[in-house]
Amino acid sequence: MDIETLYQTLRKSQEEKGYHFTGDEESTRELLQGLLTNKKRYGYMSCPCRLATGNRERDRDILCPCAYREEDVKEYGSCYCNLYVSKAWREGKVAHQYVPERRRGQ
Amino acid sequence: MASEKTIRIYALSTCFHCKKAKRMLEGRSPSRTVIDVDLLDGEQKECVLAEVRKVNPRVSFPTILIGDTVIVGFREEEIVRALGS
Repeated sequence: MDIETLYQTLRKSQEEKGYHFTGDEESTRELLQGLLTNKKRYGYMSCPCRLATGNRERDRDILCPCAYREEDVKEYGSCYCNLYVSKAWREGKVAHQYVPERRRGQ
Repeated sequence: MASEKTIRIYALSTCFHCKKAKRMLEGRSPSRTVIDVDLLDGEQKECVLAEVRKVNPRVSFPTILIGDTVIVGFREEEIVRALGS
């Protein structure tokens, strides 16, 4: 799959669920490229900003969209790696702040 | 603003925030080390992860050391402060 297809597919399916890309094309495409790299490396789209083990079961919670996205977007308006944000974040109604790692140390 | 401090960046090659940290800290110190942990394997990887775990138990990235200061995540203000202090 190429990045353009992934971009369009995810944008549509995730916006319907209330999760938006940020509008910063460089960072969105870099993160999507990270997903494609991890897909090639491990066989699954592991979060580009977390270290995968290569064991799908152990990485289950960081398969994108990760298990922490909902809570992070609720609390900060953005997921950990800033691929997905709320509408309010995108419209500048929510402060753009650093999202700390919610996942327990590995 | 160049710094005499040693800079060490533990990063992931797929992480955009890590990339921004690398960019921001480019040329900022004569002794700057960047380690893309996802590109390591075996014993070397375990060794580096042990280093990260010592300063950042969550083992998240980027983990940045500027002199004695540890910065977890790409936090520009903290990086500027650590460079300047």
